[in-house]
Amino acid sequence: MKVVIINYGAGNIQSIKFALQRLGVEAILSNNVEEIRNADKVIFPGVGEASSAMKKLKESQLDAIIPTLTQPVLGICLGMQLMCNTSEEGNTKGLGIFDTDVVRFSENVKVPQIGWNTIQNLESPLFANVRENEYMYLVHSYYAKKSSEMIAESTYDINYASALQKDNFYGVQFHPEKSSKAGSKLLENFLKL
Amino acid sequence: MLTKRIIPCLDIKNGRTVKGVNFVNLRDAGDPVELAKIYADEGADELVFLDISATEERRKTLQKLVLDVAAQVDIPFTVGGGISSTEDVDRLLQAGADKVSINSAAVKRPELINELASKFGNQCIVVAIDAKNVDGEWIVHLVGGKVPTDIKLFDWAKEVEKRGAGEILFTSMDNDGTKDGFANEALAKLSEIVNIPIIASGGAGNMTHFKDTFVNGKADAALAASVFHFKEIGIPELKQNLKANGINVRL
Repeated sequence: MKVVIINYGAGNIQSIKFALQRLGVEAILSNNVEEIRNADKVIFPGVGEASSAMKKLKESQLDAIIPTLTQPVLGICLGMQLMCNTSEEGNTKGLGIFDTDVVRFSENVKVPQIGWNTIQNLESPLFANVRENEYMYLVHSYYAKKSSEMIAESTYDINYASALQKDNFYGVQFHPEKSSKAGSKLLENFLKL
Repeated sequence: MLTKRIIPCLDIKNGRTVKGVNFVNLRDAGDPVELAKIYADEGADELVFLDISATEERRKTLQKLVLDVAAQVDIPFTVGGGISSTEDVDRLLQAGADKVSINSAAVKRPELINELASKFGNQCIVVAIDAKNVDGEWIVHLVGGKVPTDIKLFDWAKEVEKRGAGEILFTSMDNDGTKDGFANEALAKLSEIVNIPIIASGGAGNMTHFKDTFVNGKADAALAASVFHFKEIGIPELKQNLKANGINVRL
């Protein structure tokens, strides 16, 4: 199986590569359009700031390519947020794959949210053999609002979408590569899609 | 609901753990990767590696260690010790560290926090603060608490938040090593005056101390070293105990 991790200079890519390695998959880091198109699975990572990440995507024209992909695509953390319509972080447009918006947590809670939170109402083959209320590791200041494409929700400040799915596109706010056995299970499920 | 975090801290010198580790079921007590894996399997929520080496080789050795940890450990980890530039941070994050912790370098040049936060995002910047209560005033200290500054803890905490720190790791030099409990009064005040997560450090001696720092100290996470390394407190027992006492932890 050929798994490509989109390399656009954002995020902790090494950890995702290692997590896949622990599942016996040697992923390729690439920003090459052909290579991405020909992959069986694509992972779209991201840690950092939304508007500058969008800028980087545009520079390599990946902003136009990603929404046209037809194989399973998994956005992680900022990757998922960039797949939404807009983000309040740097007031940027997103890729518009998921029909929802990304906004900042209120001052009622400590921001960023850092740590292990539970995920509920799991609704996707992505969560096969992942139990309701499983703990996942999250680090973020912005969240995707609930929408009809939500396949998992979490609570911090409010209820928000901690995972989204539309057709072949999947997005998770948490870091499966850092979420111990449950996270590894989710990555394994993604590879089986 | 977001859970309270338990964080074992490993002191690293030349790529090996130091300051005493007495761990059953460990083939090599000095191997940080092996120890990290055990803690991760036992339910630690995060790990901190504090590099205390002073050799010229330190950069390469630390980078190699981070790479090894990232390859084998599936929970988040922070690396600290001697980090003073964006290049240092870039290397460590590239190698697979999730967060970096800066301390003296931030006191000497506070703009470093802004630079790191804007380049890497504030979620991966932990500012570690060592402080001591001097005549009723919490004063920031450097070099592992040996050198006093004229900076007040609470002023500095507000400043690092403003500059973009994602988290504060507060070590009370008065409590560190005493096993008498964390500095909960100062911790609670920190939680009131800043709106970023606070990691409590220094003073863990028994399981009640952890409960107290979460309840009275309002800490978001608690860090300890020797009580874990010497098996005085097992992480599974600690988390069961906290759960039984109404603290929300990951089990």
